[in-house]
Amino acid sequence: MSKVGTVAAAVERIPDGAVLMIGGFMGAGTPPLLIDELVRQGKKNLTVIANDTARPGVGIGKLIDAGLVKKVIASHIGTNPQTQKLMIAGELEVDLVPQGTLAERVRAGGSGLGGVLTPTGVGTTAAEGKQTVELNGVTYLVEEAIKADIALISARSADYSGNLRYSLTSRNFNPLMALAADLVIAEPGEIVPIGCIEPDAVVTPHVLVDVIVVKGAEK
Amino acid sequence: MNDKEIIARRVALELKRGSLVNLGIGLPTMVANYLPSDAGISFQSENGIIGMSALPDPALAGADLTDAGGSPIGALPGACAFDSAMSFALIRGGHLDVTVLGGLQVDEEGQLANWMVPGKMVPGMGGAMDLVSGAKRVIVAMTHTAKGAPKIIRKCTLPLTSVRRVDLVVTELAVIQPTDEGLVLLETAPGVTVDEVIAASEAKLLIPKAPGVMGIAA
Repeated sequence: MSKVGTVAAAVERIPDGAVLMIGGFMGAGTPPLLIDELVRQGKKNLTVIANDTARPGVGIGKLIDAGLVKKVIASHIGTNPQTQKLMIAGELEVDLVPQGTLAERVRAGGSGLGGVLTPTGVGTTAAEGKQTVELNGVTYLVEEAIKADIALISARSADYSGNLRYSLTSRNFNPLMALAADLVIAEPGEIVPIGCIEPDAVVTPHVLVDVIVVKGAEK
Repeated sequence: MNDKEIIARRVALELKRGSLVNLGIGLPTMVANYLPSDAGISFQSENGIIGMSALPDPALAGADLTDAGGSPIGALPGACAFDSAMSFALIRGGHLDVTVLGGLQVDEEGQLANWMVPGKMVPGMGGAMDLVSGAKRVIVAMTHTAKGAPKIIRKCTLPLTSVRRVDLVVTELAVIQPTDEGLVLLETAPGVTVDEVIAASEAKLLIPKAPGVMGIAA
């Protein structure tokens, strides 16, 4: 069965209240068509796990603008005044996580690990409510693995089996998130025949990708 | 020469050939402007690249080649791109030689606060906590005061970025090195007296017999 489908059909599979991981860093590597379709379909009460909320009108910022998000787990929201405004007003819950810790929590979630031990954040507000472990004289925070219902992934190319390759700084969290969700929807810039992405160039193996969307794909 | 330029030009002198360096957004990014093109320094950006450069031409801006602020950049021959787990493995794992960050406060223990002002500014720590915890050398590049108020103080009142002691603080007035004994005034800026630095600081400064004069990269 083909994994390729329309953007609209893929987004219809996302229920209100879903926990989403969305790739991207300040909009670079955030799947643009899937974001626009989430807004068009007006999904509600979403939890978004992502590096940041970009800026108003850009990437994940569009979901914030449209009021679709009830909770954000991110490392940085400073570039989006709307996110900060909603947070201060109590209309949006924001959980701030150090960026490297967020990456490892996602990676652990997709790798069958319970969490990771990191020195980052020890002795700061990021450590509040968390266990610490001392190993070989170093104190680490215990940071829990994190998973999502659905991951929305942006890639430069997909082949028809779902192998993905990325482009430069648009890679960021995408390959990690493709491991850590029950349903993985990939929006590549192009779909190429199987074999066109050589095995060594595949970053995300096809078995992780459930749905591939492209503009105008009717299947 | 404005204050930020003085700071950036002084920090530039700290970066050694062959090192891997991460420059924070804002003032720290200016440091790259004062390095010769053959300085032999690799710049990392936490969004997943080593070998970034300034955008050579606005027409070459691409959506897939950006800095940590989302602005378009260039890449030098030999550049490499990677995911966020690799990016922070480099940062945390002892592979990053220097990080240059901005600061809100540095205290007598050399601890840095630079990521939030409770009730006013809550942008999130981004990569700052990992950078300060993990880089081999942490250089804080910041103005000496904010609206007249000292930023080099006895004890940080803002939430810390890390409990790790930073290695060097460069301001438009002075270069200060946190040590076991306290904050040592290594250098004063050209035309700035030791007393002027002391007056602009709340923290106690340890004054060597003859503090140096701050160098300024060409």
